[in-house]
Amino acid sequence: MDFATFLQQLVNGASLGSMYALIAIGYTMVYGVLRLINFAHGDIMMVGAFLTYMATAAGLPFSLAVLIGILGSVIVGVLTDKIAYKPLRNAPKISLLITAIGISFFLENLFNVIFGGVPKAFSAPDYLTKVLHLGEIYLPVTVIIIPVVTVLILGGVLWVLYRTKYGMAIRALAFDIPTVKLMGVDADRIISIVFALGSALAAVGGVFYAVSYPSIDPLMGVIVGLKAFAAAVLGGIGSVTGAVIGGFILGFTEIFVVALFPELGGYKDAFAFFFLILVLLFRPTGIMGEDLERSRF
Amino acid sequence: MKNAIIKLLLILLTLGVIAWANQTLDSYTLSILNNIGIFAILALSYNLINGVTGQFSLEPNGFVAIGAYMTALFLIPAADKIDMFALVDPAPVVLQMKANFLPAVLAGGIAATLVALLLSFPVFRVRGDYLAIVTLGFGFIIRIFALNEPAYTNGAMGLNDIPGIANFMWIGSFALVTLIVMLHIVYSKFGRAMKAVRDDEDAATAMGINTFRIKTTAFMTSAFFEGIGGGLLASFLTTITPDQFSFLLTFQLLIIIVLGGLGSMTGSLVATILVMGSMEWLRFLDDDMVIFGMHTGAHPGMRMVVFAILLIVMMLFARRGLFGDRELPEIFRKKFGKRMRHE
Repeated sequence: MDFATFLQQLVNGASLGSMYALIAIGYTMVYGVLRLINFAHGDIMMVGAFLTYMATAAGLPFSLAVLIGILGSVIVGVLTDKIAYKPLRNAPKISLLITAIGISFFLENLFNVIFGGVPKAFSAPDYLTKVLHLGEIYLPVTVIIIPVVTVLILGGVLWVLYRTKYGMAIRALAFDIPTVKLMGVDADRIISIVFALGSALAAVGGVFYAVSYPSIDPLMGVIVGLKAFAAAVLGGIGSVTGAVIGGFILGFTEIFVVALFPELGGYKDAFAFFFLILVLLFRPTGIMGEDLERSRF
Repeated sequence: MKNAIIKLLLILLTLGVIAWANQTLDSYTLSILNNIGIFAILALSYNLINGVTGQFSLEPNGFVAIGAYMTALFLIPAADKIDMFALVDPAPVVLQMKANFLPAVLAGGIAATLVALLLSFPVFRVRGDYLAIVTLGFGFIIRIFALNEPAYTNGAMGLNDIPGIANFMWIGSFALVTLIVMLHIVYSKFGRAMKAVRDDEDAATAMGINTFRIKTTAFMTSAFFEGIGGGLLASFLTTITPDQFSFLLTFQLLIIIVLGGLGSMTGSLVATILVMGSMEWLRFLDDDMVIFGMHTGAHPGMRMVVFAILLIVMMLFARRGLFGDRELPEIFRKKFGKRMRHE
């Protein structure tokens, strides 16, 4: 592999990793607060991509369409929590997980019924589909924009988490919900904020996905969601920085393993799973994570 | 002693009914019964890990696929395999695999059990919900494997012309055996330990229960019967492709065990019949409908939307399902005012 190809793959990996990172943040925040794997999170990303697609198809400018996609995802994410998770806060964990998988299956099939299972071509505006030529490297604009936007968003999320009162409440909830309630914090509102934030990031990830692989289908969130969850576990579930690190590691691994060993290309989607198994075997707390189970008891 | 005789008579009676049905009923009715029988096997074993042990897993489609492919490869004659494998020649191991029906089905179960053992180590070492996501991922990995190793699985084309030995005699008997084994486990020392793990893992550990061992045993037992169910399915359908073993299969089973009541084996049995029946009956939802003179158009997948809503509503408002976590005889006894007896 010469230097130009290396650089090319590096940028591709950063772009792919950004998408995983954006979706992984939502998983890790919800898990941190509720100890719940939000199976519907990958499908929220699909909802974001599809709403953006619908808005552009209706003739709206791209930036406005993305905004609609994000807003729609936020609404779906918060409603999911209110309707399906909130009534079960005190129920056994297994009930929550079952409703989560029910919501996920519901969203997939609902969009399947509305749009059909055939992948839809996603048309991005011209300024996002340009390809730059730098010497021997061919760079689609998106692979530069995506990591930059992701880093900016991550900065914003960290600012919210560590510099605002809401962020302090979110971090406190991750430790102990009943005590936080006793301090006079409206826990349900803070949890809604967590879902809103996670869903917005997932929608951005979904739009990035749709622009990079210009086709979307109702089941696109399943495998990406699984990978993003693996990234969150790899980085240490409960840690936002960890989720981003995990996302980038997974993105680079997928790109470079396929570049170096093309015969493994068919197994590209399986790497995340092996990462997940390895992490659980050797370091269940991940790279950045603390032992959530122990800190709770 | 009296109980044992009653049980034996019940078993013989059921076997008699199965044999009679197998001889007399027409093929359409039998195919429905076969479907119910296979799903009953899958639901009963799925309930053991999810309902009785309380470990949420999403594995059935993966283990059913393992069992189905294993059994199919053992049953298909070598000459047919060479004809069938269009992409690449079958691997030498595949050509050597040959067995009678019963060993072939059992091999499917054993293969699934071994995979479950391997998955147990990463999953049950950590507490929490990793089982769900790992088993969900596993279902996808199996599909990726089946597509990428055509020397073993014939890739996307799948395996055809599997000898259709699994008639209702086989499937019904296996379902009966599964029910008996599951009920025995539920009422045994292991079953009580599994319920203890479900209800309070810390307390169970404090009482000296090795929770890792209990969870692994439950998981492996589930996997064994799911593998067997897969083997029967392969021989019943005579054709299998990787796409058959999608998450949809797991979702149907999840609906069944939730409806029957998580932890109730007889509940799963009743729910299997209800759900399989309504799956057929609700088929009209997928088709073109006329509402107030308007055509809705065909909507494949509408049934699944309805079933997803049903699952969520059940979890929110009727979490105990039909029978809660009790078995049918216990409910009868309670209803008729006799004292409950623990066996």
